[in-house]
Amino acid sequence: MAEPPVLPDKAPEPRRRLLSAGARGSLLSILRMAAALAVPIIGFLLLWLTFNFLRDSDANRLLVAVVAIVVGVGGIWLLYWGMDLLVSTVLPARIRESVRPAVFVGPALVILAVYLIYPAINTTILAFKDAKGENWASQGGLGNFIDIFTNSETLVAIRNSLLWVVIVPAASVIIGLAFATLTDKLGRRTESTAKSMIFLPMAISLVGASIVWGFVYSFRSAGFGEQIGLLNGIWTGMGNKPVAWLLQEPWNNLYLMVILIWLQTGFAMVILSAAIKSVPEDLLEAARIDGASEWKVFTRVVLPSIASTVVVVVTTITIVVWKVFDIVFVMTGGRFNTSVVAQRMVKEFFTFRNDGVGAALAVILFIAVIPMMVVNVRKFRQQEETR
Amino acid sequence: MAEIVLESLGKIYPDGTRAVGDVNLTIEDGEFLVLVGPSGCGKSTVLRMVAGLEEVSEGTIHIGDVLVNDVPPKDRDIAMVFQNYALYPHMSVFDNMAFGLRLRKMDKEEIRRRVEEAAAVLEITDFLGRKPKALSGGQRQRVAMGRAIVREPKAFLMDEPLSNLDAKLRVQMRTELGRLHGRLKTTTVYVTHDQVEAMTLGHRVAVLKAVTAKRPDNLQQVAPPSELFYNPANLFVAGFIGSPAMNMVTGHLEGTGGEVFAVFGPHRLRVDAKALQRHPGLEKFMGRDLVIGIRPGDFEDHRIAGEEPERTMEVKVDVTEVLGSETFVHYMVPVAPVVTPEIEELLADTGSDPATLGDETKFSSRVSSDVAIPAGGTARLVVETAKFHFFDPETGQRIGYRPGAFSAA
Repeated sequence: MAEPPVLPDKAPEPRRRLLSAGARGSLLSILRMAAALAVPIIGFLLLWLTFNFLRDSDANRLLVAVVAIVVGVGGIWLLYWGMDLLVSTVLPARIRESVRPAVFVGPALVILAVYLIYPAINTTILAFKDAKGENWASQGGLGNFIDIFTNSETLVAIRNSLLWVVIVPAASVIIGLAFATLTDKLGRRTESTAKSMIFLPMAISLVGASIVWGFVYSFRSAGFGEQIGLLNGIWTGMGNKPVAWLLQEPWNNLYLMVILIWLQTGFAMVILSAAIKSVPEDLLEAARIDGASEWKVFTRVVLPSIASTVVVVVTTITIVVWKVFDIVFVMTGGRFNTSVVAQRMVKEFFTFRNDGVGAALAVILFIAVIPMMVVNVRKFRQQEETR
Repeated sequence: MAEIVLESLGKIYPDGTRAVGDVNLTIEDGEFLVLVGPSGCGKSTVLRMVAGLEEVSEGTIHIGDVLVNDVPPKDRDIAMVFQNYALYPHMSVFDNMAFGLRLRKMDKEEIRRRVEEAAAVLEITDFLGRKPKALSGGQRQRVAMGRAIVREPKAFLMDEPLSNLDAKLRVQMRTELGRLHGRLKTTTVYVTHDQVEAMTLGHRVAVLKAVTAKRPDNLQQVAPPSELFYNPANLFVAGFIGSPAMNMVTGHLEGTGGEVFAVFGPHRLRVDAKALQRHPGLEKFMGRDLVIGIRPGDFEDHRIAGEEPERTMEVKVDVTEVLGSETFVHYMVPVAPVVTPEIEELLADTGSDPATLGDETKFSSRVSSDVAIPAGGTARLVVETAKFHFFDPETGQRIGYRPGAFSAA
């Protein structure tokens, strides 16, 4: 910070000398100012024209894509460069360095505001309005929230979401931790094979995973063909009657949670495994010599050492769980008392066309996620500091 | 407190490489034994096998009267101090020291008493509430020591505990460690590569060498420090102990009229009878090639030692280093360097010819600074030939070596 202010102070001196020699210096600075103004304007116009042209053209899609990338990247670069030039030449030296960061961060902030902050505020306002978003909701605007907390269906969704939030992160982390600890004892080759198999589900989308598990839980009533579901295959193989797993309230909620646990365990395992490996070996040896059993070594030395990573993993998975929609949507559509908040929200918006209640559910979700985010970011920073 | 007995101890890693072989060692109750050797000599592996952190491939380990080969470390009742201390970062100093005691379900008051007592001895009472992160290297080292002391174990195992400290602190902690052992009298096995630490701390010092295909045993000599210096078993120990290292040169002995002369290059020195007495069986080597070892400290300038023509080497000085009270004189002796069994093996590995080592042997001498010796000039150095060492060039063993047979003069 000490250096930049020095440069502008020195720069004007030779310019002044040039001025005394002739008018060339002032002409030069005028030209530079003009360029500084022109470059961002040209850059912006270029981008705007290309966007319009590409939007309306019937040209080959591939060609459009290539042109868009070239002009887009080049134009953005030109825009940033031009803005920087503008700051360096037009602005007085005093405020130059305080404005410069804003030029670079500004566009990102604008995009963030337009696509994130504005919708968030808008949704919050919608939450206090009626189904069509025209008038304020009943009960002085709180009608939607009162509805949500009195309607038995939305209450079920909230209850289920709370169950998901407790069970899925806990199960994922415990199983992930177990895998991470156990694979750590394997040889290098077997360890990486075992870990990639557990991590593999992470690569599958929630919808894809739901379809896969749809087959696992698949059920046909007796007399309507052979059981193709894995679970019923095993179940009937043991001499039992086929079961419609997804109709078994309240256990069907648990069956749906298994899908997300299956997906998130790999994530938990990979992160925790890295954390476990970063615990120095001689720390474990010291504990063993101090008289600790392997279990005590794990609970008294390893676990405290990776505590902040565990918190980050738990909060990250919790956020995913609050937002889960796809699994319920694909598997049951929220029937049989399996709905969750995010899935209910989509239903309110798009099936019932009740924007007010939908927005109110979104606000509830948002409020539920905030503490997780705060903890997550704080722990992450702590981790970075200790690294 | 207990005796530790290692019998034919060996370690072979799963990939087939041997790290330790045929180590036989009895560490007496209350003894401070130092394992010393260059890196890769297996000293840490021996220690880790005693701790139970490495599996024993061959032989047996007894702590007290118990065979501990298959006893997990937690049940061996030993304490270990690690090179980088291995303090639990999430625990306070007090909890670090109390950890082992709490695992043993010791009474709370007793834990408090022991920790506070050890903290007082180590002068870390003020830091008991701090986390290891908030401590300096020296303080961490003390905490690591404290964690071992409070356990009151059968034995302390220390794996280069001072090597992460700066030079000044290392010397200070070394002295404290010696004092601490004098007070606690707990059997201690101490690993280091630093011969000064080994010589100053050890009641006895075990010198180890990396195993080779030809010589699959590490242990070279186990003896009190001064015996290692005055009565080395072989070329390796003679070269490893002492700084600067012993001068070694190939030569032979000539006997004329009851006198024996050591001849190497242009030098011919009368060997004192004491040196002959210290090497029984030397007469068999008369006239044959042998390795002559002379400590740098066994030289003196002729102006101080007095004229002794039969014991004087006239040399052309390369470099002198004046260190206040003494001066190191470096020069060459025109004889091809000694090829020890280790060097021979090294040369075979790299496929080099011994001739590539050149045809001159480096010598260094430590003489008094009272007289000036100019570099580039000629110096006449009188040699204390009573302290000569003679080695068998074939085996590298000292001729007539007998354990325990030495006198400082």
